[in-house]
Amino acid sequence: MDGLRPAHRLSAVIVVSGVTKRFGGRAALDGVSLTVEAGTTHVLLGGSGSGKSTLLRLVLGLAQPDAGEVVVDGVRVTPASRAEIQRRIGYVVQEGALYPHLTAAENVALPARARGWPAERTEARVTALAGLVELERAWLDRHPAQLSGGQRQRVGLMRALALDPPVLLLDEPLGALDPITRAELQTQLVRIFRELGKTVVLVTHDVREAFVFGRTITLLEGGRVVQQGTFADLARRPATPLVTEFLRAQAPPPEMTAYL
Amino acid sequence: MRGVRPAAVIALLLLLPAAVPAADRPVVRVGSKSFTESYVLAEIVAQVVEQTGEARVERKLGLGGTGIVHAALASGEIDVYPEYTGTIARAILKEPAVTTVAAMRARLRERGLVVTEPLGFQNTYALAVARSTASRLGLRTISDLRGHGRLTAAFDPGFLDRDDGWPGLRRHYGLELAGVRIMEHALAYRALAGGAVDVIDVFSTDGQLAREAVALLADDRGFFPDYAAVLLARRSFAERLPRTWAALEQRLVGRLDTATMTRLNAEADLDRRPFAAVASSFLGGGAAAGARRSPARELPALTLEHLALVGVSLLAAVVIGVPLGVLAARRRLLGQVELMGVGVLQTIPALALLAFMIPLFGIGRVPALIALALYALLPIVRNTYAGLVSLDPQLVDMAAVLGLDGWKRLAWIELPLASVTILAGIKTSAVLTVGTATLAAFIGGGGYGTLIITGLALNDAATILAGAIPAALMALAIHALFEALDRLAVPRGLRTRATATR
Repeated sequence: MDGLRPAHRLSAVIVVSGVTKRFGGRAALDGVSLTVEAGTTHVLLGGSGSGKSTLLRLVLGLAQPDAGEVVVDGVRVTPASRAEIQRRIGYVVQEGALYPHLTAAENVALPARARGWPAERTEARVTALAGLVELERAWLDRHPAQLSGGQRQRVGLMRALALDPPVLLLDEPLGALDPITRAELQTQLVRIFRELGKTVVLVTHDVREAFVFGRTITLLEGGRVVQQGTFADLARRPATPLVTEFLRAQAPPPEMTAYL
Repeated sequence: MRGVRPAAVIALLLLLPAAVPAADRPVVRVGSKSFTESYVLAEIVAQVVEQTGEARVERKLGLGGTGIVHAALASGEIDVYPEYTGTIARAILKEPAVTTVAAMRARLRERGLVVTEPLGFQNTYALAVARSTASRLGLRTISDLRGHGRLTAAFDPGFLDRDDGWPGLRRHYGLELAGVRIMEHALAYRALAGGAVDVIDVFSTDGQLAREAVALLADDRGFFPDYAAVLLARRSFAERLPRTWAALEQRLVGRLDTATMTRLNAEADLDRRPFAAVASSFLGGGAAAGARRSPARELPALTLEHLALVGVSLLAAVVIGVPLGVLAARRRLLGQVELMGVGVLQTIPALALLAFMIPLFGIGRVPALIALALYALLPIVRNTYAGLVSLDPQLVDMAAVLGLDGWKRLAWIELPLASVTILAGIKTSAVLTVGTATLAAFIGGGGYGTLIITGLALNDAATILAGAIPAALMALAIHALFEALDRLAVPRGLRTRATATR
């Protein structure tokens, strides 16, 4: 997998150290640490309730850890530094979280508008991003409700990339899509990550996505890290039987593979 | 002295058909309570003032009951209104033992008020029986009722409760009646005529007494207090316009006996003649004899007044309510206190809220607008709050991540997303306010309520409906208007049903 990516100066862009986050009595995250190197894609893999989305929210400063710390680009994430951190991060969620009252183009332009970009600059940026995600400009004048799930997800990605942030966080970006759209978009995302050289953290419960995207993978279970490493590490040297179980659970049965 | 209130100035600027004072002739503001006799007397007073020519008149008629109209006099919103000695002693001075006009005059003087000598008639509670019953049983006085325990009675709820009504009367005379039913005053005459009951309570100047075969029973043992009609006025008025005051005393004091007042009430109540015509024929003008009141002619003006009441108060409620809703959504603890406060406001009966306005803002449009605006707050504040706190948290978080700070987030994202809910609250308020605004007339606020309270005073269903039906139509029209506004104000993307194109 490493060979596919342009060589970057390997430096830690996101460092999570010993983070614990409780909701009520339950620990959503329990002593989690991980490091994401610049220009690489790191996958947070786990089932529902494993704490993977909570971890993204801590990186974004949308929630504060009860213990431990998160550092992005050398800056510790706190309520005070949150705005500055968020400027360096593009955030994509399942279904896009587009604003229904704005057109797709207005959604994409929102971060630029918030920072007072001139209209021509914003418009040029929107057009360029449409080219990047291969979305016809005409679609962008529609409201989200008039777009397909795949189109909405592309618009969400465009919006996250609007200010060209060095870091991209994606929370189940392909979760709500049908298999064919999902495969198309998956290929497209891999290409875009490679072209732009972003530091990416992608949350998924899908083992195949983890295989396709992740240079490194963190497998989470019940708020704890089960294993970190490449897909090969997880498959060949599972830290616990749980890892193998998780990877196999989503594999197609051999009888089925024989047909394909 | 009548200080210029800042609120009044603002209202003058706001309100469309605000009357511009003509020339610098002094003004006499004539008030009345909201029942026929009070309207007729006030109209007579107004015409005498006009005929004297010293001042022009502003009519502030139908100002609810004693509480409202007297507060209006005390605060200088009106200069003069017709009152009764019994009411002055009991409700105003709160000294029932004071019975002579001279004693009242001394006490009222300290309050800056003056009172005329009695106009001539008494308007007090009385008992009445059908004339046929009276002659058959030989009834002339209330004492004569004793020993006729088989008779049945129908009494007004007020008369049944008050100690100066049935309970006291019964003790005073030692009366026993076979059955006592509660019946609205206005219906009792019909029940009596139909033979359904034998004894009813009446007011001694009811117009019906001039027309129906009814006999009053004399209060031979002096139970009912004196309710002699007088004019109650501000001293400053009497001193400022001595010629006018003298004319009122000369033409009215001792000139209105019970028979005359009963006849005038009958003309207004039963013949449906306009108060102005009744007053003018009494004063010898004889103008417009037989003319009937025509609510239709007043409707265009009342519609404008009503629209102004609803429009201005609703606008104020939106301007205040939406920010309060936003504040409540942002500061949850403060929000709960605030929502409770606005909720409590809503539990105050609308009429009471209007009455509370008088000591603060006087009578007329300004206090009516303030009360209506306060009353319209709850749905707007509540829906703004509910709309904002129920937004998809993911969409709200995303706004922060995209770099939208407080104001931009509110204006670009949160308010548009909540617009459907907020607009629904405004719509609810608008429709409610059309109804509540009919009460504004009780404190001289104008609008359709003017017809409704006149109709109530006259027990005239047609006049009540002439106010109530347009109000209902206005509520429907405003509802339709908001449906159309929905299409304009709600962002297009929130209206479009998902027409997913793949």
